[in-house]
Amino acid sequence: MKQVIYTVKSNDKIAADVYRMSLAGDTSALSTPGQFINIRLSGFYLRRPISVCDYDSDGMVIIYKVVGGGTEVMSRLAPGAQLDTLSGLGNGFDSSKSGDKPLLVGGGVGVPPMYGLCRRLAAEGKKPTVVLGFNSYGDVFYEQEFKELGADVRVATADGSCGAKGFVTDVIGGLDYSFFYACGPEPMFRAMSRVMKTGGQYSFEERMGCGFGACMGCSCKTLAGNKRICREGPVMNSEEIIWDRK
Amino acid sequence: MDRLRVNLCGLEIDNPVIPASGTFGYGYEFAEIYDINILGTFSFKGTTRDPRFGNPTPRIAECTAGMINAVGLQNPGVDKVISEELPKMKKVFSKKVMANVSGFSVADYAYTCQRLDECPEVGWLEVNVSCPNVHGGGMSFGTDPGSAAEVTRAVKAVTKKPVIIKLSPNVTDIVPIAKACEDAGADGISLINTLLGMRISLKTKKPIIANKMGGFSGPAVFPVALRMVYQVYEAVKIPVVGMGGVSSAEDVIEMMLAGASAVEVGAANLVEPTVCPRIISELPAAMDKYGIKNLKDIIGGAHNG
Repeated sequence: MKQVIYTVKSNDKIAADVYRMSLAGDTSALSTPGQFINIRLSGFYLRRPISVCDYDSDGMVIIYKVVGGGTEVMSRLAPGAQLDTLSGLGNGFDSSKSGDKPLLVGGGVGVPPMYGLCRRLAAEGKKPTVVLGFNSYGDVFYEQEFKELGADVRVATADGSCGAKGFVTDVIGGLDYSFFYACGPEPMFRAMSRVMKTGGQYSFEERMGCGFGACMGCSCKTLAGNKRICREGPVMNSEEIIWDRK
Repeated sequence: MDRLRVNLCGLEIDNPVIPASGTFGYGYEFAEIYDINILGTFSFKGTTRDPRFGNPTPRIAECTAGMINAVGLQNPGVDKVISEELPKMKKVFSKKVMANVSGFSVADYAYTCQRLDECPEVGWLEVNVSCPNVHGGGMSFGTDPGSAAEVTRAVKAVTKKPVIIKLSPNVTDIVPIAKACEDAGADGISLINTLLGMRISLKTKKPIIANKMGGFSGPAVFPVALRMVYQVYEAVKIPVVGMGGVSSAEDVIEMMLAGASAVEVGAANLVEPTVCPRIISELPAAMDKYGIKNLKDIIGGAHNG
């Protein structure tokens, strides 16, 4: 973890209520795709945890959905704005587990961290297949970006307005893969847990107090003991997850 | 930096700024971003006799100028705190720590305190009779003078370390409870724990917190905390540790003027992890600005005349 002031370079709408923000600043605290940052916003007491889409040595890209007052404020930030941020939080995806044909599954705003992971896996010579799930055509983003990384990209929309009609699990059934990585809403994970044929990693979400392990606000029980989503997670191995924990 | 030194129940500390229990874990996360030896001490995550997972999630809700938590005393239990956490804490912090203790019976409190009494790293026992997030324990001991006194007596009987009783603000009158603890032998009083609060999601139309209610803390509670510190200081002779919404050097000075011998910083650690070293570094300039030579001279200063 590192406290970093980032400068907003761009902040553009890329789908319904979804924005892509480019930030310049020190990214040395980031080590793996799937980590997150926690952003302080004027007028809000708690920081806003946002997953990192992709990063290099000069900055990062985050993609977020406007779901409340905090993200609404974020959507109005102009280039040049300074963001007080805790960077390099959580444990990301372990690309060494991928095998040759990893499957990446992103649902809605769970799609962004899959991009950085896909880029890393492609750079390591793997052949990723990417399944992106959205509600409707207007929600779809980054299909082309994943294709440009050389991935085999499949899109599913709940209403069938883009790609296959249905959920990501309707597409996954026909695919061959060596390991999987997933980020998205928990109902998607539950549906996946019933059909996946290999081990994998899921990235979880929870309401957080601090985002760095101090408050125990986001704890969950796993077969490997109690874990803090923000600290030992957000990425967890499929074999340690207790699906009926709530 | 002798200007910042204070005495807390017989032990000298370098400065009065103490991270509050439940907002600082065991210090490790903070030790990653600053040398926590700058602190006078810190109160580590509350310990119970048995391991506890705590409450279901969501446990956190945001508020205007604050937050609600309903963690529910998650901790590995006193055995593991002693065998695993204290040795790890010793690696990142060379001074004595404050052990915060909770229980579900008088015997629980006594057992846990007796175990921690054996640990040389522990300087003070902060006995939490004020957790709003557990049923059948915690706050129920701190809302009645008789029960608070009973816990105090039981704990004092098993330890020679200074015992600080942490009180709840969720009472009609905190003064008789503080006095009952003093009469039962407490060496200090710390206050306030969180205020019982609640948020409801307009989207789901249900409480945000799984436990429905939780403890409200953050800058919004500062005036309530300050008022209670002022009232308790007036009523007891033992040292008072003030906390509740503190996030600046000015807040620390104000708390001390109300009667605090030391000041705990809680929720602010969660949103600004370097808040404690910032306050410590800003204290000398703030003292100069208000003509304060030594912090220990201003304790209870607002009561004079």
